[in-house]
Amino acid sequence: MMGIKGKIRKISGPVVVAEDVSGLEMHELVMVGKDELIGEVVRVEGNSATIQVYEDTVGLKPGEKVLGSGMPLAVELGPGLLMGIFDGIQRPLEVIQQLTGDFIKRGIKTPALPRERQWHFVPRLKKGDMVSGGEVMGTVEETPIFEHRCLIPPNVNGKVEFIAKEGDYTVEDTVCRVSGEKGKIELKMYHKWPVREPRPYVERLEPSEPLITGQRIIDTFFPVAKGGAVAIPGGFGTGKTITSHQLAAWSDAEVIVYIGCGERGNEMTEVLLTFPEWKDPKSGRPLMERTVLIANTSNMPVSAREASVYTGITIAEYFRDMGYNVAIMADSTSRWAEALREISGRLEEMPAEEGYPSYLSSRLGEFYERAGRVKTMGGGVGSVTLIGAVSPPGGDFSEPVTVHTKRFVRCFWALDSALASMRHYPAINWLTSYSEYTDYVESWWNRLTENRWRSQRLKAMEILKREDELKEVIRLVGSEALPESEKLVLETARLLREGFLQQNAYDPIDTYSSPEKQFVLLDAILNFHDAASAAISKGVPASKLVAMPQLAELAKLRMSIDNERINEIQKFSQAISAEIKNLTEVKF
Amino acid sequence: MAVKMEFRGVTKISGPLVFVEGVSEVGYNELVEIRTGDGEVRRGRVLEVSKGMAVVEVFEGTTGLSTTDTSIKFLGKPLMIPVSDDMLGRVFNGTGEPIDGGPTPFTEDYRDVNGLPMNPYSRDYPNEFIQTGISAIDGMDTLVRGQKLPLFSGSGLPHNLIATQVARQATIPGEETSFAVIFVAMGIKHDEAAFFKRSFEESGALKNSSLFLNLADDPPVERLVTPRCALTLAEYLAFEKDMHVLVILTDMTNYAEALRETSAAREEVPSRKGYPGYMYSDFASIYERAGRIKGKKGSITQMPVLTMPNDDITHPIPDLTGYITEGQIVIDRDLHRRGVYPPINILPSLSRLMKDGIGKGKTREDHGPVASQLYSAYARSQELRQLSAIIGEEGLTEKDRAYLRFGDAFEQRFLSQKFDENRSLEVTLSLAWEMLSLLPESELTRISDRFVKQYYRPK
Repeated sequence: MMGIKGKIRKISGPVVVAEDVSGLEMHELVMVGKDELIGEVVRVEGNSATIQVYEDTVGLKPGEKVLGSGMPLAVELGPGLLMGIFDGIQRPLEVIQQLTGDFIKRGIKTPALPRERQWHFVPRLKKGDMVSGGEVMGTVEETPIFEHRCLIPPNVNGKVEFIAKEGDYTVEDTVCRVSGEKGKIELKMYHKWPVREPRPYVERLEPSEPLITGQRIIDTFFPVAKGGAVAIPGGFGTGKTITSHQLAAWSDAEVIVYIGCGERGNEMTEVLLTFPEWKDPKSGRPLMERTVLIANTSNMPVSAREASVYTGITIAEYFRDMGYNVAIMADSTSRWAEALREISGRLEEMPAEEGYPSYLSSRLGEFYERAGRVKTMGGGVGSVTLIGAVSPPGGDFSEPVTVHTKRFVRCFWALDSALASMRHYPAINWLTSYSEYTDYVESWWNRLTENRWRSQRLKAMEILKREDELKEVIRLVGSEALPESEKLVLETARLLREGFLQQNAYDPIDTYSSPEKQFVLLDAILNFHDAASAAISKGVPASKLVAMPQLAELAKLRMSIDNERINEIQKFSQAISAEIKNLTEVKF
Repeated sequence: MAVKMEFRGVTKISGPLVFVEGVSEVGYNELVEIRTGDGEVRRGRVLEVSKGMAVVEVFEGTTGLSTTDTSIKFLGKPLMIPVSDDMLGRVFNGTGEPIDGGPTPFTEDYRDVNGLPMNPYSRDYPNEFIQTGISAIDGMDTLVRGQKLPLFSGSGLPHNLIATQVARQATIPGEETSFAVIFVAMGIKHDEAAFFKRSFEESGALKNSSLFLNLADDPPVERLVTPRCALTLAEYLAFEKDMHVLVILTDMTNYAEALRETSAAREEVPSRKGYPGYMYSDFASIYERAGRIKGKKGSITQMPVLTMPNDDITHPIPDLTGYITEGQIVIDRDLHRRGVYPPINILPSLSRLMKDGIGKGKTREDHGPVASQLYSAYARSQELRQLSAIIGEEGLTEKDRAYLRFGDAFEQRFLSQKFDENRSLEVTLSLAWEMLSLLPESELTRISDRFVKQYYRPK
């Protein structure tokens, strides 16, 4: 299909207009100029086409050639994705370093998956089997914790004529041959899939299980279901990136895809250096062994930034189709939107709000809809949970990207610069955040907590809300004027904030809280509140209760007691209740 | 290289832009020489090119150009500058030509000023402490080698003094090598530039520095290439000559204004406050040139200075900068009014890489907890100061009054220091403990008992 050949007419930044290219398709991959820079068709008009180029266009001249590839921008899906770090159009950065040194030069062509490396393939099919797209041909142990299931490409079906014996093969070796309506098709361990086309599945399923992240405010207050979509908006310095890193590190998904989209180079370096050291809480293996990194840092070409989120989500869908739960973090979707804006400006399109193109909202919608829990074509169940960071200018949540994103996500973790400046981390605001997945995951939590999760959670939220109202009152009349029961509310709210909502990502114990520990901690704080309320109704002054020395310790249990010893938290809680009872029996 | 044709078809001049027709063989972003009617030669670059037509941005401005007798020569290469370590100790204009009357520096290599993006896989994580001798920075918002840490300032505040103090005093304790300083002036005033030059000369730092000066009355378009020329030299020195380079860029606000001006002349769709939509990427192509590379000895540390228009931290210039840089040091008008130098407000300031550059083996084991305790105590003292303004100091408890005393002492003794006072980290930390000793011991909740036992000395 190689063929359509034309010439450059005009160059403006990353946008190139080609002429004499009638027949080029929308979103077709093209090679531009004598260095064959990679680009994608974004507009077709008569016999000319507009191309966004994924590399720096310095020195390109009108008249240089433009070559069509006959296929859309696609990614390679097969063994060798995990532990890799790729650029926005899936070129491995490690290989680029070997080819061009420490700085990225242009016109590099290198396959995404290693061609030399051999994988130990174990067939799952027999000769004569009838197969259809999405079924598992065989498996490869890609990393010690991950079984890579090599899939029949979604658009292939027929009868197996040949399947390779168990043994070591490269991704270029034919491991299966299927004969069907389209004739005989040779299959390798990898196949290609266009990034802008969602991979097919049988049907969508309702989310039912929470994605456990080990982060208390998320799991307990604003849970996300496996297959859900979440936005994390926050101004600079509010901890978006640390939150994304924490989620990538501790989420109980089998595969993590992390897209660094237009962010700092050193942040990707931090992930590259820390993830091989951090251990997965379940398997004890390095987190890197289940992670794919996509890096288009802020100084890399802007149009590849636009492509990077699609590259990432397609890879995530591929792992989903193997029947795994996948979590994908895109940090930051605002940079992607800005890339859209920049290209749109160069195309001289009519802008909508703040210069963003009018299709911003539909692009965001299409992207977030690629999250979901599905029945796969292979018959299993898999999910993609999408967590998108948003960087609103000036921390203003009324800007277009945040506003439109809110329409397509059902969970919203609002990072708050006021909390961040108090060094309250994670700086997720409990009053403005929400999750519509609470109802879906309730039964999961109820099984764990003897049906008490919902009521305890609501009670804690109630106290925090009340604290916020009381703060207004205090500003007017001072805290001494409050009734005793409300002084207690303030104290319990403080315990909730300091002993539960705050979580230290750098503390070895606190960084990950198991669901059991989360609930026991919450219970301990609320038990104190109940016992103390009872005492107050019997006439014990709140100041007596607030002065209890154990409270300081209660606020630190999150760091002092690890996930294995949560019964000590329960014991501590009982001791506090007993102590309060003692106070009640003293006569005033 | 083949001799390039000269073209005469200038059809339109608008702001800094010249539109040329009838051209051929012109590449995007290549360098251009413009010859005016009276023989003066200016330089520019191609911003947009289509068949037979090119848009050229003229660095020196278009004053005096006409459509009739201007000729244009396309040089077939992007803007390159010569680089060598001979360039230290010299003063250049905004496009890298010497203006100190000295000889042309010896050239070791020619480099494209736009540079290339550093491969994230090749980066090494910055984690070496830089001692600036300023307590507010070393103690609270530590600078790390390879970091980009901007000063967010306002008009009339002493950011230039602070920047020169950092340039003069920055060292790595225990290492012989000092920093090579590259100082980049963008649109600053003549007397400011003179101040910098003088203070570099007086301290003897000039021999290890290069100054790139684009002043307020120099053409704004030139301002867009000034930081790129300087950073090209910085990359050469850091990654070819194993030097540790500190780059001071002042003032990024003027740079952004120049960017807006050219964008408007090109009739581009503006985003916030008229700045172009690609300002984030453009800033990143400057700031991301800081860093370290695995296996290389040198490093580039950046300290950009920007003046926040109307002291507004949410303005696009500081806002986009904050999203790219690794923290910020905020200079505060109120502290300045009260005579505190350096008037660094530690509360909105942040160094994202601090955690990796301090602690045992790097600075001192108690550094992290002490900084955290100072931060929270100072935040508390500021709250109480507001409260006492309403209800009076008598309404406060004894503990609260201790916090007020702490707050005052912190500003007057810990933050305040002289322009030429170079404090070692030991001095900074012992001052920090003196401040903390003004508080009751029970308030030191963020510091473990063994440090309290070792350093806490209440009067």
